[in-house]
Amino acid sequence: MTDLTESISAPPVGVVGTSHVRLEGREKVTGAARYAADVPFEGLAHGSLVLATVARGRITSIGVDDVLAMPGVLGVIHHGNAPRLNPEAGLLGTGDATLQLLQDDRVPHVGRPVALVVAETAEQARAGADALVVTYEEEEADLVFSADHPGSYTPAAAPEKHKGDVDAELAAAPVVVDQRYTTPQEHHSAMEPHASMARWADGRLEVVDSNQGSFLVSYVLSVLFRLDPGVVRVRAEHVGGGFGSKGIGPQLILAVMATTELKRPVRVALTRRQVFATTGMRAATDQRVRLGADSTGRLRAIDHDTATHTSTIHEFVEFPGEVTNALYAADAIRIRTSLVKVNLPTPTWMRAPGCAPGSFALESAMDELAEAVGVDPVELRLRNEPEVGPISGLPFTSRNLVGCLTEGARRFGWADRDPRPGVRREGRWLLGTGMAAGIYGAGSLPSTAAITAHPDGTFTVGIGAADIGTGARTALVLVAADALEVPTSAIRIDIADSDLGQAWFAGGSRGTSSWTWAITAAATDLREKLADIAHIPADGITGRADTAPLIGALEQRENHAHGAQFAEVAVDPSSGEVRVRRMLGIFAAGRIINPLTTRSQLIGGMTMGISMALHEEGLRDAQFGGQVNGDLAGYHVSAHADIPAIEADWVPDYDPSNPSGVKGVGEVAIVGTAAAVANAVWHATGTRQRSLPISLERILTTTNA
Amino acid sequence: MPPTTRSDISLRVNGETHVLTVDNRTTLLDALRENLGLTGTKKGCDHGQCGACTVLADGRRAVSCLQLAVAAEGSDITTIEGIADGEDLHPVQEAFLELDGYQCGYCTPGQICSAVAVIKEHAAGWPSAATADVRPDAEPVPLDAAEIRERMSGNLCRCGAYTAIVRAVARASDETKVTA
Repeated sequence: MTDLTESISAPPVGVVGTSHVRLEGREKVTGAARYAADVPFEGLAHGSLVLATVARGRITSIGVDDVLAMPGVLGVIHHGNAPRLNPEAGLLGTGDATLQLLQDDRVPHVGRPVALVVAETAEQARAGADALVVTYEEEEADLVFSADHPGSYTPAAAPEKHKGDVDAELAAAPVVVDQRYTTPQEHHSAMEPHASMARWADGRLEVVDSNQGSFLVSYVLSVLFRLDPGVVRVRAEHVGGGFGSKGIGPQLILAVMATTELKRPVRVALTRRQVFATTGMRAATDQRVRLGADSTGRLRAIDHDTATHTSTIHEFVEFPGEVTNALYAADAIRIRTSLVKVNLPTPTWMRAPGCAPGSFALESAMDELAEAVGVDPVELRLRNEPEVGPISGLPFTSRNLVGCLTEGARRFGWADRDPRPGVRREGRWLLGTGMAAGIYGAGSLPSTAAITAHPDGTFTVGIGAADIGTGARTALVLVAADALEVPTSAIRIDIADSDLGQAWFAGGSRGTSSWTWAITAAATDLREKLADIAHIPADGITGRADTAPLIGALEQRENHAHGAQFAEVAVDPSSGEVRVRRMLGIFAAGRIINPLTTRSQLIGGMTMGISMALHEEGLRDAQFGGQVNGDLAGYHVSAHADIPAIEADWVPDYDPSNPSGVKGVGEVAIVGTAAAVANAVWHATGTRQRSLPISLERILTTTNA
Repeated sequence: MPPTTRSDISLRVNGETHVLTVDNRTTLLDALRENLGLTGTKKGCDHGQCGACTVLADGRRAVSCLQLAVAAEGSDITTIEGIADGEDLHPVQEAFLELDGYQCGYCTPGQICSAVAVIKEHAAGWPSAATADVRPDAEPVPLDAAEIRERMSGNLCRCGAYTAIVRAVARASDETKVTA
């Protein structure tokens, strides 16, 4: 077993930990940064999707001829002529039928792509797609998810997990909180709609894409189209946000089909409505949380049941119980999940999958427990701090939730809080404060990297990382500079190109921890090689690393980032309006590489959390299954005027299981935000809000003015 | 294609006049991006809901996705590519860069174009929904955080950079006054 703790107990000194503006910042503020749909290609054709308009059934005809006769139309790809795909392709290595586009006449849900119209210009393609007549034989669809749906089952991917006797502890506990909490479907809504360009050139399939991991996408694409992996090259230099939605998108699969059939470079850019319809969403959840405690608030039992939904074609499991796995100690813990297959699109990962909706339930219930036992909510959490993994019994790599709670409480001014709800008024506003804790998994996944030393004293780092707005590019250069002991100006970095080799994708808050490890290991390899030679040849000397064996040798640990969030809200009971007046998040997320961009990312997570708390709800027609609010007017995400000055900061933390001490920050900052806001709304009004979003009508129908 | 579906137009963009033939259905946004290669202006929704395509038309903010290119003849259009003075960044661009007023960068061109106009609109005495006293003879209000948030609300940012954007606009506004 590798014990890294001793060798790296003292963080090295250097540029890591100091603020640096983004390397690509100038391109981003001048409009020079090119995203997938911005890159010009000679002879480019444009593809426009046609989506199914029925919730379940079979395609009976597609009016191809009329559309082929339209100006500029080059072709119509549909299930009758599309290339056959390999059903074994999927992002996680097993077949995901969500990717099996245009393979048969079946329609599993509204919005399933049924054709792609390709034309010389985007306008012509759009006109052709709008004109394409598709007829269906409709079948009865199952569209409404509910916790008591007769088709509910326990998915193999989320079996019951428990320790101790939850039922006995609940029966014996003097205080029990037993409540249901619901969260709606939510949509990632990255500002850049998914776009891809695909072409065949010099025997290779070349793709310019918007994704969170070009190597993984290239690999899955090669499996899907039964190509040699080396044939496919995927690049995604700049990506306009992802939040989990940018794996292998329908626009990419269809662009590859079209370029293969039509022998032209083809760009497919989704419209905003198509982004809502075809790129997945966070599944709705219906959660029951039961907490049993003694009179001091010490937890005897946590019982966390979730009901959620997936599509009829692929089993994706939203797993809110994840948050209960390691947040609090209790004598007995039980996590159960039930799943229903309905005729809706396949859900997918969205920022802090599981933990974001799960923390709304658990952290709301903890606030209700604090009220029931008369213990301050911060103190209640301190009293239930675990020493080891509550279920696993494994030690933590590092854990500083206590620091988050105490420092957050100090800076927010929590000690002065009057715990009584509904007693502060300022004109038409009722005022309240609330808090919640958060947790999200950390760790490193196998990645490769190469660093080349050039004769002029500069270095080129190559790693298949992705920068979807995280600041990865900049952070990785800081780490490389320290590893090589050279200034950042001596380093250039290439990322987001599948030809750079295997690397973990920007997901699961594990990008930076995975990539920095590969870079430091490659730097070590390079420095060893340089020590043996007198002069660097013209084509340079390259050091390489693959962290798979190092990561494989790690001991099992509970590894998580933690946080505590504090919110002050004002609620107008006569209009139902909720305003977040200020918000503070304190995090323990390992070593912070670049404070400037880390703070932005943490504040960004909290901002999305406020949006989740107050605004976001994907609404579907219960009869036809179509999305009622599939655009940015109907599906409101927080705008400038919704967001107060948010503060984010951190307390010391260091993950000894990777050389840079890094944990991720992409997800932990949205975990707990919604509960902190909801708890503050209760403190303001005296009424609990157990369903998201806390919309005007929910306030109006539950709160006495 | 029959001649009735295309038009020859001239567009004045970033101080240059471009003569081009466009499909009558082409939006100003698509003409900038596809015909003129000015891809700094972004398409976030194509429905005027997100602000990513914001440009300045005769100095005023406009969502270029809601205007047809054929209708933009005669306007003086400024895109993100025309905001800087050569190599010298505009104070708004400088402030976004230094204060990290973005993350993924996709909404950034629209935010910056909007901010440039917001500072001018405010300096010209235009009120907003956040302005308490909107009478024509009211005292000018400072461009504080509440004013900036209100005036910038047409520009969505999903990464959640609002907190830093507000700071950046405030700083650029202060600097613009000093140098004006």
